[in-house]
Amino acid sequence: MHKKPKKYSVFSLIRNAVSYHENWQPVWRSPEPKKEYDAIIIGGGGHGLTTAYYLAKNHGLTNIAVIEKGWIGGGNTGRNTTIIRSNYLWDQSAALYEHALKLWEGMSQELNYNVMFSQRGVMNVAHNLHDVRELKRRWHANRLNDIDCEWLNREQVKEFCPIINTSPNIRYPVMGATLQRRAGTARHDAVAWGYARGADAMGVDIIQNCEVTNINVKNGQVTGIESTKGSINSKRVGVVTAGHTSVIANMVGIRLPLESRPLQALVSEPVKPVIDTVVMSNTIHAYVSQSDKGELVIGAGTDGYTSYSQRGGFNIVEDTINAVVELFPLFSRMKMLRHWGGIVDICPDASPIVSKTHIKGLYFNCGWGTGGFKATPGSGWVFAHTIANDEPHKLNAPFTINRFSSGELVDEHGAAAVAH
Amino acid sequence: MTKKIYFTFDGKKYSGIEGDTLASALIRNGVFVIGRSFKYHRPRGVISAGCEEPNGIVQLETGNITEPNVRATEIELYEGLKAFSQNNWPNVNFDIGSINDLLSRFIPAGFYYKTFMWPKKFWEKYEFFIRKAAGLGKSPTADDPDKYEHFHYHCDLLIIGGGASGLYAAKLAKNSNLKILLIEQNSQLGGEHLSKQNSDKDSPLFKKLEKLNNSSNLKILKNTTVFAYMHSNYLLASQKINKKNLRQVIWKIRAKKVVLATGSIERFLTFNNNDRPGIILANSARKYINYYSNKIGKEIVIFTNNDSAYKTALDFHLKNVIVKAIVDVRKGSDGDLVKKAKELGIKIFFNSAIINTEGRKRINKVFISKLDGNFKKLIGNPEKILCDLLCVSGGWTPNVNLFSQSRGKLVYRESDATFIPNKSFQEEISIGSCNGTFNLDEILEETYDKMKKLLDGFGEKIDEKYKENTEKIFQDKMQHIWIVPTNKNFSKTKMFVDFQNDVTAKDIKLALQEGYKSIEHIKRYTTTGMATDQGKISNINAQGIISDLSGVPINELGTTTFRLPYTPVSFGAMAGRNIKEFFDVERTTPMHQWHINHGAKFEDVGQWKRAWYYPKDNEDMSQAVNREVAATRRGIGILDASTLGKIDIKGKDSSEFLNRVYTNSWSKLAVEKCRYGLMLGDDGMVIDDGVTTRISENHYIMTTTTGGAASVMSKLEDWLQTEWPDLKVYLTSVTEQFATISLNGPFANDLMKKLYPNFDFSKENFPHMSFKAVESDGIVCRIMRISFTGEMCYEINVPSSYAKDLWEKCFKLGKEYNITPYGTEAMHVLRAEKGFIIVGQETDGSVTPIDLDMNWIVSKNKYDFIGKRALSRSDTIKEDRKQLVGILTKDPNEILEEGAQLVESISALPMTMVGHITSSYYSPNLGRSIALALVRGGLKKKGGKLFAPMPKKTIEVKITDPVFIDPSNNRLTA
Ligand SMILES: Cc1cc2nc3c(=O)[nH]c(=O)nc-3n(C[C@H](O)[C@H](O)[C@H](O)COP(=O)(O)OP(=O)(O)OC[C@H]3O[C@@H](n4cnc5c(N)ncnc54)[C@H](O)[C@@H]3O)c2cc1C
Repeated sequence: MHKKPKKYSVFSLIRNAVSYHENWQPVWRSPEPKKEYDAIIIGGGGHGLTTAYYLAKNHGLTNIAVIEKGWIGGGNTGRNTTIIRSNYLWDQSAALYEHALKLWEGMSQELNYNVMFSQRGVMNVAHNLHDVRELKRRWHANRLNDIDCEWLNREQVKEFCPIINTSPNIRYPVMGATLQRRAGTARHDAVAWGYARGADAMGVDIIQNCEVTNINVKNGQVTGIESTKGSINSKRVGVVTAGHTSVIANMVGIRLPLESRPLQALVSEPVKPVIDTVVMSNTIHAYVSQSDKGELVIGAGTDGYTSYSQRGGFNIVEDTINAVVELFPLFSRMKMLRHWGGIVDICPDASPIVSKTHIKGLYFNCGWGTGGFKATPGSGWVFAHTIANDEPHKLNAPFTINRFSSGELVDEHGAAAVAH
Repeated sequence: MTKKIYFTFDGKKYSGIEGDTLASALIRNGVFVIGRSFKYHRPRGVISAGCEEPNGIVQLETGNITEPNVRATEIELYEGLKAFSQNNWPNVNFDIGSINDLLSRFIPAGFYYKTFMWPKKFWEKYEFFIRKAAGLGKSPTADDPDKYEHFHYHCDLLIIGGGASGLYAAKLAKNSNLKILLIEQNSQLGGEHLSKQNSDKDSPLFKKLEKLNNSSNLKILKNTTVFAYMHSNYLLASQKINKKNLRQVIWKIRAKKVVLATGSIERFLTFNNNDRPGIILANSARKYINYYSNKIGKEIVIFTNNDSAYKTALDFHLKNVIVKAIVDVRKGSDGDLVKKAKELGIKIFFNSAIINTEGRKRINKVFISKLDGNFKKLIGNPEKILCDLLCVSGGWTPNVNLFSQSRGKLVYRESDATFIPNKSFQEEISIGSCNGTFNLDEILEETYDKMKKLLDGFGEKIDEKYKENTEKIFQDKMQHIWIVPTNKNFSKTKMFVDFQNDVTAKDIKLALQEGYKSIEHIKRYTTTGMATDQGKISNINAQGIISDLSGVPINELGTTTFRLPYTPVSFGAMAGRNIKEFFDVERTTPMHQWHINHGAKFEDVGQWKRAWYYPKDNEDMSQAVNREVAATRRGIGILDASTLGKIDIKGKDSSEFLNRVYTNSWSKLAVEKCRYGLMLGDDGMVIDDGVTTRISENHYIMTTTTGGAASVMSKLEDWLQTEWPDLKVYLTSVTEQFATISLNGPFANDLMKKLYPNFDFSKENFPHMSFKAVESDGIVCRIMRISFTGEMCYEINVPSSYAKDLWEKCFKLGKEYNITPYGTEAMHVLRAEKGFIIVGQETDGSVTPIDLDMNWIVSKNKYDFIGKRALSRSDTIKEDRKQLVGILTKDPNEILEEGAQLVESISALPMTMVGHITSSYYSPNLGRSIALALVRGGLKKKGGKLFAPMPKKTIEVKITDPVFIDPSNNRLTA
């Protein structure tokens, strides 16, 4: 067994400073894969790592491996704009995301790793009467679901975020906004690393640079996987590969209702604090927050076509910048520093799939699309439950694959109309 | 005499000369401390003369034209320029933040992941201070007064880089018939050549190249940086114009072939305290002394691992600057430049290294030590040498950023530790030092050969080869040394790798030791390469250090991805003119001006401006709407319905097509008849509705919702083109070709008779749900008798250009019926009184026709239609789905808020919600409020009681039928 990692604290920092930091331990080991595990998680993103962590922590399953084709957190986990909120419209979504939000609130302490969860509030801005109606609907639903949410009129929007352009004369004036104060952002890499460290400490093998190339099934039961590091046996395999889920599903002949599409984001050069909340506008498509480092973090919309290349069209980025400058004219002289793309897996109803399959021991956790970072701890929690018990947790029971045949969709498109 | 230019830095006045950058002007004035570093607030001066600069970044100007994080090495000096140092307090020379430097031991890489967690609630407080400390410059606080443009450009050949290779390539192609664009990021062509001393510049070749000028087939853009290389040879460049009405231009270029001639960037060396002001890249120092004629130092030392830095030594020597020593890592060199330095008697320390420096605000001494044969250990005692400038060269890095963005594959060349282009992915070639070719004679040879092939491909002839002998300078091999050995405990050193982000070699070691082994993890953990210079200087050194420390060969580490933009691009430029009045097109109807003249308030519906209501005198909104609604039910209400989507459907399979896209049946619809249709998604949910009219056997006109017009059109095309290519159906959007005037009310028929006196408007000839094409004043009007208000209604469609006249004619002739214009708000009230839905308001993508109690519209006999299968799924056939009902508040004066949620009983939170209010209004015709809602199992619960728990009160409501007026359709069919 692996020995427990030394606790991080101011004191450990000082102690280590004395020895010039030469004694810090590795955050996780880099083991070679064993022949067999009790469970294999494919995909070392946030959702895969939390799944492993909660399998070990909540269900005592420690002989497990997370198999990652590149480096952990290198997929959408390390590419997203880190907006975290739980103000979803439908009861099913709200319950799942709120469960996640509660886990976020204690995450740094739980992991003894500072994920910098910053509850600076998320504002969803309305620009026309339709937006107002839909956002108010969501506000009332959130209230009754006991999820914090407020409605701000134009003046209150201005007061809460003074740099936003609330002039009534712009093309799509700000007509109000919802505000969830407990919402915010976090440091994405730290989430992957913190959970990896926690999982590793409980004995989970994190295997990087190992691509899964096939899934072995015998008589309707999963028996293991093939990978670039050889075959590994396991009777339980959880697939958590976001934009590449359909590639894996294809290995066992399952067709999932997923579209993989590029989603782009960018940051500005760092500046001193200028915006102290997260502003999201779906109608004109601008999402802005400022990272602790001082960079404006800006998310664009998805490209219209499907693709596995982590790169989208520049016109999409331009549209987003237009909207940002329209809403925040003072940012015009700021500069784009870095731009990137990820591949997001989108379900027809814009809700995830966390589900068993017709193959025994094979589970899928996908479809989080443009907005799954916020769900990271909750997703792992319920997926671990599903794998450990071969039954969904009550929070993910509405999110099975079967809903596409039963019609019990959780359509967050039309309803919440907000992507991230 | 060169012109003096006055400017200020941190409020103090200085002067520079024409042609200076801010950096060279500051150096000219002896100002070496330009900024403070991100984390430790160490004093920093410029280390380069170009866009790779990590240290010398300033806040330019104040007020609404301020710009943060501008590289002093790139700002051309202008009269009155104001610049400010960043990231220091109270000032750049005395910065409280530099206490971090003393505490640096306690804040190693990633320290923030390990602390600030207690007490739990305190993170926000810590974060407040962290945020304040982070960030470099300041965001502007006011609107940008400047303008930006986007230009589009197509060319045969795009040459990027105006150095020797790029210019030569342009010259070779210039006499062809190709359209050529040459782009140079600096204000002058010449590239590397500009750093040379004057006598070298007189070479005949450069005389020729410098004369290259804009001509009929060659366009040269200076001050322009190509920042993105996208698919299909689509490239983006940003040009600095800095004119009053135009600050920057984004060029969007589509080129048949791209010639990358982007040069190379000098490397730094990683030794203890390598970041002091006055430590500078050797070739940049050379540019300052030669090109800017700037006496940058008096007593200099050179630290190198290759021959190229000897040029700097020789040039400084020529300018009578004392070259105190050249410290060369290598055991020796047979290079021509080295020989020359020896001849001049310059002191050279071979097989040696600089292992430390001193001088807080400017370097004043270096410590030189002998190295062992493997360059890993120090031998003997260090020697101290005083100096005021240290020029460093760690070799050269080919600038492969754009090549890599184009998705080309790199290969590692061991001899000089460079990644060079290997396999192209797009139509491009790399020439010159960006391709790893460093000697001029070889560059010219390579450029000629590659250009010849390229021009051959176009069937074009190449210009004469340059024949004169270029001087061949033999340069001996370099010796790479990623970490210069130290006589201190490595963990106590400050060997900077990424200067701006204050990442040191020991930070990288720490990351590795802690298990962050992938290059991406190290980058993210230490933040190396993530500063505003994007690691142009530091990335390769970080890779080398990782390789050294981990023992993994550098080519197996993989490079981190080169991402756009090559250098930062302003948001304003990216937005161009697409903001403010041009942010999004404003679609208006032909009657728009009339609405404005009559005091209309407008509502945005998609891109359309729709008249919302027309307040008269001092009316408020509700008074105006009530008046409009009442007038419509009593006299005539007139609505501008031009924004509804209109799709012209022709072809012999049109009926079959409609059968498939709508839930009801169309084959038997008679010519000149109208029918209402519901369109579903393949999940069975309502996505659009509208009336479609059969104009002739194979010709229909479909109306869609205003907001849905474009998406319905593309969905229909999608189905036609990808699913049913066999159907002979042709779609044309005619939304803007026709304007629609809707006349509603008991006297609508009377007005129609006056408008078209020769036509029979009797109920028999023109019943509800029928169509007539009627001519009036020589114009064919398409008239449909359909209704969205529950009143007798005629919708007149005329070609847009006639609409305003007809609209005004309606008012003239309708005066006696109190014809009243009504807006979208009154329209909503009228249709809600009648229980008509609005797609997108009563529906939200989760509502089936059955949920809307519109079973009658779903054909049971049709073989198929989109969404049919989905309607028989276990969930869609459930009886207690959310269904459309009417809602009446107990208090008739209470108007519910749209979006309010409904519950069966009040409980503690969370409460179980059974539905929500989709529409809610005051109905002047009923003299009370009315609402529509979707309620779980609502159809069976009519008469039942529900509650709407609002923030401050709870409202009791009753479930009713959604049709509040004229359930038997008497008015409609009158
Ligand atoms: C630009 C952008 C912005 C976003 N913004 C937000 C936001 O603001 N808020 C929010 O909540 N969400 C946001 N998201 C969505 C969010 O990032 C994702 O939903 C979430 O991170 C998914 O996590 P994951 O662990 O499932 O996927 P990932 O992090 O992508 O992990 C999947 C992993 O599987 C690995 N893998 C794939 N195939 C194989 C194989 N064959 N073998 C082994 N490993 C494999 C991949 O390498 C990857 O590491 C955004 C996404 C993007 C791209």
